[in-house]
Parts: sequence; C-alpha cells; structure tokens
Amino acid sequence: MAALTELTLAGARDLLAKGEVSAKDLAEAHVAAVAALRPLNAFITETPERAIAMAEASDARRAKGEAGVMEGIPVAIKDLFCTAGVLTTAGSHILDGFHPPYESTVSANLWRAGAVMLGKTNMDEFAMGSSNMTSYYGSVENPWRRAGDNRPLVPGGSSGGSAATVAARAALGATGTDTGGSIRQPGAFCGIVGMKPTYGRCSRWGVVAFASSLDQAGPMTRTVRDSAIMLRAMAGHDPKDSTSVDRPVPDYEAALTGDIRGLKVGVPKEYRLDGMPHEIETLWQQGIDWLKAAGAEIHDISLPHTRYALPTYYIVAPAEASSNLARYDGARFGLRVPGETLDEMYEATRGEGFGAEVKRRVLIGTYVLSAGYYDAYYNKARRVRTLILNDFKSAYEGVDVILTPTAPSAAFAVGEKMDDPIAMYLNDVFTVPASLAGLPAISVPAGLSVEGLPLGLHLIGRAFDEETMFKAADVLESAAGFDAEPAFVAGR
Amino acid sequence: MAVDKDTVAKIARLARIRVGEEQQAALAGELSNILGWIEQLNELDTEGVEPMTSVVAIKPPLRDDVVEDGDCRDEVLANAPEAAHGFFAVPKVVE
Repeated sequence: MAALTELTLAGARDLLAKGEVSAKDLAEAHVAAVAALRPLNAFITETPERAIAMAEASDARRAKGEAGVMEGIPVAIKDLFCTAGVLTTAGSHILDGFHPPYESTVSANLWRAGAVMLGKTNMDEFAMGSSNMTSYYGSVENPWRRAGDNRPLVPGGSSGGSAATVAARAALGATGTDTGGSIRQPGAFCGIVGMKPTYGRCSRWGVVAFASSLDQAGPMTRTVRDSAIMLRAMAGHDPKDSTSVDRPVPDYEAALTGDIRGLKVGVPKEYRLDGMPHEIETLWQQGIDWLKAAGAEIHDISLPHTRYALPTYYIVAPAEASSNLARYDGARFGLRVPGETLDEMYEATRGEGFGAEVKRRVLIGTYVLSAGYYDAYYNKARRVRTLILNDFKSAYEGVDVILTPTAPSAAFAVGEKMDDPIAMYLNDVFTVPASLAGLPAISVPAGLSVEGLPLGLHLIGRAFDEETMFKAADVLESAAGFDAEPAFVAGR
Repeated sequence: MAVDKDTVAKIARLARIRVGEEQQAALAGELSNILGWIEQLNELDTEGVEPMTSVVAIKPPLRDDVVEDGDCRDEVLANAPEAAHGFFAVPKVVE
C-alpha cells in the first residue's frame, strides 16, 4: 500500500470503512509527517498525544458501528480556532499562553464527525496578511520551490500553515479561515484546493475574530471531493453565532456528478487586469476551454464595481478589526506589559503585543471610524459594498457560477513585497469581491507557472449554492489533471 | 487625506497602542499612502445607496433570556495574567 500520508481524505475514509487501516495507523503516520514537516515552520503547536488518543477513541467508535463522516481522519487546525485546553495564539504575541476553556463550534463539529487533531497551524497574525510573514511565530515556508532556484517562497496567507501542511502531505485536510482570500490564495500558492463557504454557512463562534462581517471558516484539502466531505462536517447552524444560517447542510459530495452540460459560466471582463502576467491570462482561458468542452455555456459578464472592492475591503476589514481587537487589553488573558495606570498597561501591552501589520490596520480602522471620518470612509465603503453585492446579484440572473483566476501571481519569495503594504494587498484582488458579497468560492490547482509553481483557478458560486460550485470545481479539477508535487513532501 | 505625526499620535491614543515618537513619521507615511489609495472610492456616486449592514439577509434570532452556561469562574481566571480573590487584578483605577 502507498504511504498513508499519500492518500486523499476520501481514499483514507474508504480504507477505514473497509477495515484495511485503522485510525491509529493513520494518526501515527501523520504525527510522524508533522514532525518531518518542522523545517517549514507550519505548526505553532503539535498535539501528537491527543492525535493518538483521539484515533484510538475513533477506532473504538467504529468498532461499535458509530462512524461519523470524518471518522478517523487526521486534520490540522488553523491557530485561529479556539481549542479547549490547547494553546491558541492567532499567530500573535498578545495571546501568549492563552488556553481557551472552550472549543470553537467548527472544530467541535469536526471532532463530532470523528476527525483527529494533529495540531495548530501557523498563520499571519490575526489572519492579517497574504504571505504568512506577519506571524509572531516566524514565517512559514511553501513546500514548493521555483525550478532551479532554492530560495524559500511564501505559502500565501493568512492560512499559510494549513496550506503548506496539506500540500506537503502532513494532514489529509486542514481548517482555514477566509476574510478576503485567506483560504483561497494560500490554496493556489501551495497547489491545493481552498474553499470559502457562503457567509453564515460555518459558525464563527470560537474563531478569533478579525472582521466579523467577512470571516468564514472553510476546508483546505488536496482534492475537490475532500473539500466537499470536510465542509459537510464543518458546516451547520449554531445558535451561538447570530449570523449562522439555519438551513440544512447538503451532502456536498453527492453534487459531484461530473455533469455540467448546460451550466452557465460567467467570465467577468473587469478581472482582466492591466499588466496581469500572461500565464495567468492563459490559464484562465484554458479553464474556460475546459468547462466549455465539458458542455458548459460560457457567458461574458460585467461586474462593474470590481476595481473598488479592494479599497472597500481595506476600510471595512480594518474598521471591524479595530473594534474586535479592542478586547486585547492585558487584563483577562494573554500578554500583559505592566504600566503605572490602567491606560499605560493597555498601551504598553498593545504596543508590544501587536505586530506592525496589525497595528497598521487597527490604526486605519480607528481613523476611519473616528468622529468626522465615519461617514466619509466607513459609510462610503458600506455603500460601495452594497453596489458590489448588487453586481453579483445581477450577474447571477444570467449565470450559475463565475470563473476567474485565484491570484494575480504564483507564490513569491520570502521578504518580497514587504516594504509596500498596498502591493501586498493586491494579492487578494480576485478573492476580495466574493468576500464582500458573502459568496461561496473555491480555488482549484489548475496548472504550473513557467517557474514550475502552482496556479489556481477560482469559481464563485451563488449564495448557499456550494453544490453547483463544487460540481463545476470537480469538472475543472478532472480536466486540469493537476498531479505535480511540491519539492518538499513530509517523510520522503 | 494626508496623515501627519500628530494625527498618528492621536489615533494611536484612541486605539490604546503605544507608538514611539520614532515610529510616528514612518506610520504617518504608510497610513497616508493607504488612505490616499482608498480615496478612489470618492469617484463613485453612492447617493441613495443603502449602506450594507449584513451580507446575508437574515432576521436577527432571539432566544430566551436564560443562563445557558457559566459557573466556570476559575477556568476563565486561569488565563488571567493576574487574578486575586476570584477577580481579574489590574493597576489601581480610582484614587
């Protein structure tokens, strides 16, 4: 049998069901892979003992005939999800030593479905970043290398640790969170499938908040089928999150019929950026051709406010972050830097506890919410956000799904783009509009750049129609036949 | 909108983040650039457009006003940098 870490999530599930492997076998193989992965710095906390104990409990449940949909599947959890009794840092110094007394709903759903926890993955501080270089715990390395060039590359961000882990075969899946592209862009950079559900599909309870009107948890896996299986386990209504939507969770895997004949695919002209690398343009056209060959109808569409999505995002997200991050006060958990007065303690704790990018965004957010600027910036952005949502609503009157590239480039080298925040923000130019509109979207690895790095194609679905999006993604994945492997594979 | 050092100091104070004098000029430049870039939104006429409050149209749910969890003071305090007598301890706030 091939190494257990080379299996897909669906493949492992089927072998477990047939009794050909045990959850403990799988856990042991992945615990070893996580240890072998250390040169990439993808984990902040490894939980090998917990993994083995959970796997043994899983095997016992299966023996009693009580297997869940993720029974015995080892996964990694982004360190933004609170895990009871396990260090949770959000990649920040300010959460030093924080051991939540509670479990996030999404991770609890995974454990209820039988999944096994390998540990907590590294990430950009408070999920603010597109490179993983803002983590207090050091940057993560992408397991991929440019052909003939050994310089370390970024895995993307903010869910870069999760993406690197799954790409390097150290977990069968991992959770990510996506506020403006933080699942999809690292998915594309690491050559895996990254999926952001409709806003409201997954509970945000127990997920360290960045921008509450945008944050969504989603699965990061090596195949579309694995993504569909894992989302089903993560999603569901939660009374503890007032924005969680009370709708039944479909069996997404059942939507993967391979038949997209007559599916209407929109191609938005505003996503053709000036100066976009030729290979991105070529891959996009290839994606269009693949879907057409499978029987889809291609429609040119217009999303006229696309170019305003990024500046809108960089008002809304920092504004919400400045409010959400007010809770880090040095009084109740995490880091405290002493001060003579309460205010001095707050200022010293937050001055030392937050990194440069987090400070920048909290300051921007404070500014746009402050008296005299609230209308000019924050309310303006909320109005433009309505226009962006309306663009999508009009488009979906004529199409079922929208196809774009995921990111404007392949992974870049560690240290690049660090001196210009706006250049870094442009990484999310194709992913942010769907975030602002709350729509489900998925990045599928679809080809290699001239430098031999993975590139992703991006499908945006209708609200709560993840099934159609998954169906199209599955067809895209089959057509692309992406089977390239990263330079670093754990345990090889 | 160009942000100067004094504005940086003022918003840093509002945000309760200590920003050293030596970092203020650099931050003023960075924030000015970001705000300048954001201001392209002013090209758009948004007269009469409703500001978005929720991306998914749902009615805010209500529940009965009853305690559903609790009785976990010591677990909560276990994360406190400093606790005393069953409370969070902070520097003196009243003279």
